[in-house]
Amino acid sequence: MTKFLLLIAGLMGATASAAYAGAEVSHFTLANGLQVVVVPDHRAPVVTHIIWYKVGAADETPGKSGLAHFLEHLMFKGTEKNPGDAFSRQVAAIGGQENAFTASDYTGFFQRVPRNHLKEMMALEADRITGLVLTDDVVRPELNVVLEEQNMRIANNPAARLGEQMDAALYLNHPYGRPVIGWRQEIEQLDREDALAFYRRFYTPNNAIVVVAGDVTAEEVKADAEATYAKVADRADTNARHRPMEPLQEALRTVTLADLRVEQPSVSRDYLVPSESSAKPGESEALEVLAHILGSGENCRLYRGLVIEQGLALNAGANYSGTAVDYAKFSVFGAPKPGVSLPQLEAAIDGILADLIAHGVSTEELDRAKTRLIADAVYAEDNQRTLARWYGAALATGQTIEDVRSWPDRIRAVTVVAVQNAARTWLDRRRSVTGYLVKTLAPEEKRS
Amino acid sequence: MRGMRVVGLLAAIAATSVMFAAGAGATTIERVVSPGGIEAWLVHEPAVPLVAVDLAFVGGAIQDSAGKAGTASLAASLLDAGAGDLDSTAFSDRLERKAIQMGFSAQHDTIRGTMRTLTENRDEAFELLRLAVTAPRFDAKDFEISRAQILSLLRREATSPTDIASQRWWETAFEGHPYGRPVKGTPETVASISIADLRGYTHRILARQNLKIAVVGDIDAETLKVLLDRTFGALPEKPDLFPVANVVPRGLGQRIEVSLDVPQTVVDFGGPGIPRQDPDFMAAYLINHILGGGSNDSRLYHEVREKRGLAYSVSDNLVWLDHAAVLLGGTATRADRAGETVDLIEKEIHHFAEDGPTAGELMEAKRYLNSAFALNLDSSTKIAALLVQLQLDGFGPDYFSRRSAMIEAVTLDDARRVAKRLLDKGLLVTVVGKPQGFASTKPN
Repeated sequence: MTKFLLLIAGLMGATASAAYAGAEVSHFTLANGLQVVVVPDHRAPVVTHIIWYKVGAADETPGKSGLAHFLEHLMFKGTEKNPGDAFSRQVAAIGGQENAFTASDYTGFFQRVPRNHLKEMMALEADRITGLVLTDDVVRPELNVVLEEQNMRIANNPAARLGEQMDAALYLNHPYGRPVIGWRQEIEQLDREDALAFYRRFYTPNNAIVVVAGDVTAEEVKADAEATYAKVADRADTNARHRPMEPLQEALRTVTLADLRVEQPSVSRDYLVPSESSAKPGESEALEVLAHILGSGENCRLYRGLVIEQGLALNAGANYSGTAVDYAKFSVFGAPKPGVSLPQLEAAIDGILADLIAHGVSTEELDRAKTRLIADAVYAEDNQRTLARWYGAALATGQTIEDVRSWPDRIRAVTVVAVQNAARTWLDRRRSVTGYLVKTLAPEEKRS
Repeated sequence: MRGMRVVGLLAAIAATSVMFAAGAGATTIERVVSPGGIEAWLVHEPAVPLVAVDLAFVGGAIQDSAGKAGTASLAASLLDAGAGDLDSTAFSDRLERKAIQMGFSAQHDTIRGTMRTLTENRDEAFELLRLAVTAPRFDAKDFEISRAQILSLLRREATSPTDIASQRWWETAFEGHPYGRPVKGTPETVASISIADLRGYTHRILARQNLKIAVVGDIDAETLKVLLDRTFGALPEKPDLFPVANVVPRGLGQRIEVSLDVPQTVVDFGGPGIPRQDPDFMAAYLINHILGGGSNDSRLYHEVREKRGLAYSVSDNLVWLDHAAVLLGGTATRADRAGETVDLIEKEIHHFAEDGPTAGELMEAKRYLNSAFALNLDSSTKIAALLVQLQLDGFGPDYFSRRSAMIEAVTLDDARRVAKRLLDKGLLVTVVGKPQGFASTKPN
């Protein structure tokens, strides 16, 4: 998942609402079950058009990891009506941009095009909801492309390899433990039949959300959607996403990855916490604020404490990535200065966490974090693609438009007590994995 | 995701710019000059309650003193770490309380800054920007933290295949010239930099005459004029720049291998480009687009990725600097077919140099680059970055209305001639990994 999905921001900051009252987000659902969201932004004659399928790596059959992502690639191989790379050529011909992305919970395809080409894009995208044609001639080279993508993103990158191992250790039972790109030996075995079976099962209008952001009105989009997407019959039932859930987690885990290329060691810890979709009211918001106070900016607890005051680290911070169906990760991390060991830095991180759990946060810290989080929602208005992705990711993981819209108000409602409670409840090492990235397995790292 | 660019190229790309297409009828650019004579390009866009400021001082890492590579980079990283009466804690506290975003970085030719603020905090934001550019503190503690962070980054880059490929390319192509030095410096040069060096650098470079400013968002010209004088008026009028020679990349025809134990082999390739103000630039830009530019429809993308599955990404870009122009591309490929991949890329480039584009390719590229323009003008942040780049490139605001005609004016004969001019000089290739079937022309 990419960085800007960490925050699901609402449209309106307190000061933004008056100036931006025209930008009302609207939505409707077609008879075939496809949901459409419209986010107007009339500053430039451009639209961003994204279709989200509510299927991702966590919905794969065990043993077929990487299938959701492989299919994402194969979706560019053409349909009966628009064979080969006709879709991509059309996008290029009008000066558009296109891309796609896969995460654990969703798969998305987008185009950014001049506004007058929106309907064309909708027609092409509607066609490939059910019209994909695959032959081995195109599937086989693409599998090699995906294997090179795995090399580039993971195999060549020790930190990414550690991240995969940490996820696998964090999730004892839930498929979030599998890498989105897949385990290499399973990717190698994927084929055309696997891809088509997955496609037929999950790619259907009633399992999709279309987000259109840009220089459009809801009326135009509705008319265009009726003329394009509404013609695609739904072809599969969509069932609630029941994945195997986590058992009681009661053992703290540590994983260490050693690679001779690691010149800067680091320590990070992921805690298993509720996601925006699975949390009780107020819980996810408190985690968001907590992550900010602990780990964002130069005045956050971790950076101030470890980098500036104690002089143990070169960098330190925290993250809460809350946009997910079942669970989320709350992460803390630090990179030690030369001469400082990872256990020493980890102990210092634990000291800062323990202090926050014991004594809570100040009103001033709380206010500063809220100001910045709410301002992020206004900054997001400057980028239609960011907005489109926030809405799409939220809806594809079980939230509603109203949830997104009320986000600034929900952040405003977070109290110092709620932040302390969140820290006390969720920063529990028994529900965590600590990862060490090192050059070699020196005795101190071998202990784990 | 598809089509992501090779990470190793980012440093080079960031150092220069990307070309933007024309036709922004909706966007009005005002050239604002303050009573004190400070110029900025302004797009007044009140729809979103924020203001975006981008600025650039000409004179980046190439102005580092000999043996002190990395000075510009370190200085830039510290401009917003305490200024005036505010130490780094107080400064970042003031920024964070109002959610003001500010950052500075060094490129080969420039020091660039960005500032974003909500309209309601505009005056505070410009005040903090004033302090950062006119009165940075460079306190010893912050200096040592920043230096240690840069040294850590350099250590990481020393074993990163993409960084090694890129660095080896630049140091070979521009050996003995400031462009051959890494922008962030080396562990040795960074260790030798003192606070006095940073002060010396900023006193020389941060001036009004070499400053380009773009402002986009919820602010009008009259308000901006006052803020321009208040923010930048205290800077000295002229910078004190070392002369830098113009240079062309060398090492063409060389293939350099750096052995590194990684599963995937990283490849950078490149040669001379065409300067930004050269009459052939627009033709070269079209040629680059057809060869391996932005879209998923380029020759290299089809041959390397689509047909053969040799790589996830392959692309090339025109890079223009103040004293050199470069065509630079990259890919990352499986080790057992690395030699084949490099041969294929060289063959495609040679073939393209000989035959040039087809009429259809040229037409499609023109259409693409013309209409892709609006996509780059859909946020205040993007517009501000573009407006600074155009000023650095020596254009006026009328560039927006001229660009489309400049593209249309390129004939098929021009394109063929320029394909030859651009692509026929041979390539310098750097390869990092354990490539098979790749013959290095130079020992490691």
